[in-house]
Amino acid sequence: MPRNGALALTFNALVVVFMLAPLVIVCLVAFTPENTLSLPGWSWSLRWFEKVFHHPDFMTSFVNSLWLASTSATLSVALAVPSAMAITRGEFRGRGALEALFLSPLVIPHLVLGVALLQLFSHIGATGSFFWLMLAHVLIITPYAMRLLISAMTGYDRTVEHAALSLGASRWTMFVRVTLPMILPGVTGGWLLCFINSFDELTMSIFITAPSTITLPVRMYMYATESIDPMMAAVSALIVALTATTALILDRIYGLDRVLVGQR
Amino acid sequence: MMAAAKKFSPVWLTLPSLALFLVMLMTPLTLTLLLSFNEYDNMKGAVGGFTLDHYWKVISDGFYLEIFWRTLKIGLLTTLICVVVGVPEAYILSRMNRPWRSLFLMIVLTPLLVSVVVRTFGWSMLLGFEGPINQLFVALGWGKSRLLYTEGAVIAALVHVMLPFMIIPVWTSLQKLDPQVEQAALSFGASRLTAITRVVLPQIMPGILSGGLIVFGLAASSFAIPGLLGGRRLKMVATTVYDQYLHELNWPMGASIAVILLLANLVVMLTCHRVVEGQYRRRLG
Repeated sequence: MPRNGALALTFNALVVVFMLAPLVIVCLVAFTPENTLSLPGWSWSLRWFEKVFHHPDFMTSFVNSLWLASTSATLSVALAVPSAMAITRGEFRGRGALEALFLSPLVIPHLVLGVALLQLFSHIGATGSFFWLMLAHVLIITPYAMRLLISAMTGYDRTVEHAALSLGASRWTMFVRVTLPMILPGVTGGWLLCFINSFDELTMSIFITAPSTITLPVRMYMYATESIDPMMAAVSALIVALTATTALILDRIYGLDRVLVGQR
Repeated sequence: MMAAAKKFSPVWLTLPSLALFLVMLMTPLTLTLLLSFNEYDNMKGAVGGFTLDHYWKVISDGFYLEIFWRTLKIGLLTTLICVVVGVPEAYILSRMNRPWRSLFLMIVLTPLLVSVVVRTFGWSMLLGFEGPINQLFVALGWGKSRLLYTEGAVIAALVHVMLPFMIIPVWTSLQKLDPQVEQAALSFGASRLTAITRVVLPQIMPGILSGGLIVFGLAASSFAIPGLLGGRRLKMVATTVYDQYLHELNWPMGASIAVILLLANLVVMLTCHRVVEGQYRRRLG
């Protein structure tokens, strides 16, 4: 096994510091007792967290985001499972084109989707509707579920399914009792990945949310363009904690390296 | 056995997704394309008709040209820095031993999951006038300087957000590489540098290219970072589209800039696909 030299290890340490610094500073400043953005010295305080929990706008947006992310992730997985099944095992023309279409939101800037959906919504009078906002989120997170599920479904032994069918199970029974349990890590992993991506989405949502449906990232962006106080740091620290928890669960269920690096 | 042997062609299973993509992707994109050719009236907004005025304005008006030029410059610089930092980092990670390797890989990649707003906010604190970087400058005797609302601030935050997208494809192509080939080069008397530039680098070129194109595409269309760290004067393409839609209320103008951004992005991504596939074919064939 080749070893890394001292220079290489220093380089690695610098990259790690660079990647963690903005997250660490956010979490530290969140505990400041001061009124300005400053690092807490000897005294730490939870007052800014308290302020977040008593801030009606932030709390409403937080609940909106949680609700939006969980419903859109669920719908997205519900759409992606049958589609991924058709793509991995169906024998029909245009399979590749269909897969490319379903993955295409990954290469379209969210900004473009945002303005396009803003126009659609104002045509059909869907501005301010939670349902249509959710559909928009489903559109941009479905590729993540699709990619994970396609790779989960290509990588497993189909003979068990054939055995179930030849022993007289219906296709539905086979799906529920055999296929679903085998792809379950892909399903839950896909759901969590969708949840995170929907929860974090800013650029598209900023165009299509109305005051009643504003999501947390949009609220934070709006707030940060006007004023910056330690409350923003407290909200950010909470998001970092929530993301870290989700990432840990994701790692236990599906393997974070498989989700992030992908094995296709 | 009959049921298993029967061909299963479940196109209908994709119909719900297809309906979603038709309503939420194809229709709105078509509407935006059409809108970009609409005439615009200061009082009434988009008034229909057909005109190429907005596209002409984008390529002839100094205001828009400057924004596109700045976006291109910032995108290219971000990509360059991501290559210079990300490629060696991926290489160093791949040479680490077991527990360290996955630990550091996770540390470097997991920030990808944290909201861009949070990370941008972190950068605005790091770079603030009273922030730790300025305090370090003071300690070194250089004095404080204005770091926020500069191109440097935008690029630093962009590199932070894009670096994982560079490391992932390079890491993937390093995984496919046989370490014995590098060993062979070394044992035949090649220097470290020669082994890296002549043996390793050519093999991971597809990864570097695809990472670079993804980074460029994302950086050029980024919104939150220039919006929060660029201030009012440092406009990039995405923030300009936002202004046109929500402040100027000139939707046709915003639509044409968005269409140009989309087309540029698709060209970059398709080139990425072609280049990477071509590279692999050349290597195999």
